[in-house]
Amino acid sequence: MSESALSRDGEASTPSAHPAQVDLAALLADSQVGEVLDELDRELIGLKPVKARIRDIAALLLIERARKQIGLAAGSPSLHMSFTGNPGTGKTTVALRMAQILHRLGYVRKGHLVAVTRDDLVGQYIGHTAPKTKEILKKAMGGVLFIDEAYYLYRPENERDYGQEAIEILLQVMENQRDDLVVILAGYRDRMEVFFRSNPGMSSRIAHHIDFPDYAPPELEAIAERMLEGMQYTLSPSGLAALREYIPLRMGQPHFANARSIRNALDRARLRQATRLIAQAGGGEITREELMTIEGVDLRASRVFG
Amino acid sequence: MKITQGTFSFLPPLTDEEIRAQLEYSLQQGWAIGIEYTDDPHPRNYYWEMWGNPMFDLRDAAGILTEINECRKAHAQTYIRINAFDSTRGFETTRLSFIVNRPSEEPGFQLKRHEVDGRHIQYTIESYATQRPEGRRYG
Repeated sequence: MSESALSRDGEASTPSAHPAQVDLAALLADSQVGEVLDELDRELIGLKPVKARIRDIAALLLIERARKQIGLAAGSPSLHMSFTGNPGTGKTTVALRMAQILHRLGYVRKGHLVAVTRDDLVGQYIGHTAPKTKEILKKAMGGVLFIDEAYYLYRPENERDYGQEAIEILLQVMENQRDDLVVILAGYRDRMEVFFRSNPGMSSRIAHHIDFPDYAPPELEAIAERMLEGMQYTLSPSGLAALREYIPLRMGQPHFANARSIRNALDRARLRQATRLIAQAGGGEITREELMTIEGVDLRASRVFG
Repeated sequence: MKITQGTFSFLPPLTDEEIRAQLEYSLQQGWAIGIEYTDDPHPRNYYWEMWGNPMFDLRDAAGILTEINECRKAHAQTYIRINAFDSTRGFETTRLSFIVNRPSEEPGFQLKRHEVDGRHIQYTIESYATQRPEGRRYG
């Protein structure tokens, strides 16, 4: 090789080891994150603020990636989150999706979700908690650790409670091994606020507080239809009318758990439908249509109408 | 004298990156990982001390590397090895075993000659390190 060729090669590579521009569209397509986000939009009804926040996080991670390719400083952002909201608002479901999204964007290496509660982290006697917590943390490495009802970890009324120990280990890992796992704390809004107030260290290490709103009646109706579709049932016109009446009535009752209550109501309606079909047919023939249809009477037998 | 044993005995010591790669491979195979340490370097010493229980159901090597580093901190001047156990045959078979830590100084072995039955000689080896009591063998 001649000298001039050498120097030309050298010149070409010196100005920038990194490209001056990055194809964002290619990055987006490459990560396939658009697919997951669209799926999230399609399959989860309502939850507008949650979806918006997830889009923001996805955009941030994508831009971080582009910055890294260009050679700009790209500190990996802290992505520990807290999901607050009433029961049945989809916190666990979204956490599962979150793990997928973070995996697609290359933020976590494996993208699995480890869902735990206090019992999995806190031990029964002295010296039991640390190994237990560490084992769970090791299992969650490379993925997402989802702690449901996280406020039970902290029990101020009992000063010898081992929950505090679990919190301290958790904090240490959340700080030092940010690249290895993402922690999501979930629970009811008011109790989580109390929990964060009494554990400021925890609160300051969580960058994203996402609030899950309750569903409006039309959203619950859409959820019910989505669930029935999944189970291969349909609502007759009278069934739909009954459902429309049922939802506001159920919402006014104590222990209303959003989508979970709807699921339970549908399960009970299926029970009644089965009994009705057997009583009606009495050993005779039955059509596919009948097997699939939930009538108004199946729902109206519920005690909320009483 | 550098003692070698296990799967990569013919290679220079693995770097942490290489250790991580091996651990990732083991996890992909569905093997459980155990960490063991000892200060008795005799090649026939099969039973090393366990650093905690073997780790089952992990997805990522990060947790194991944390444990290795904890063990290195607590037992810097010992041999530490990784065992990977395969349970497909109904019991935990060691499929992979390699050293990830060794004392800074390894004094090596003495060859001992033992005369029996007249002029017959039996040979045995003994580590200079084991001439001192357990726990005080390496620095």
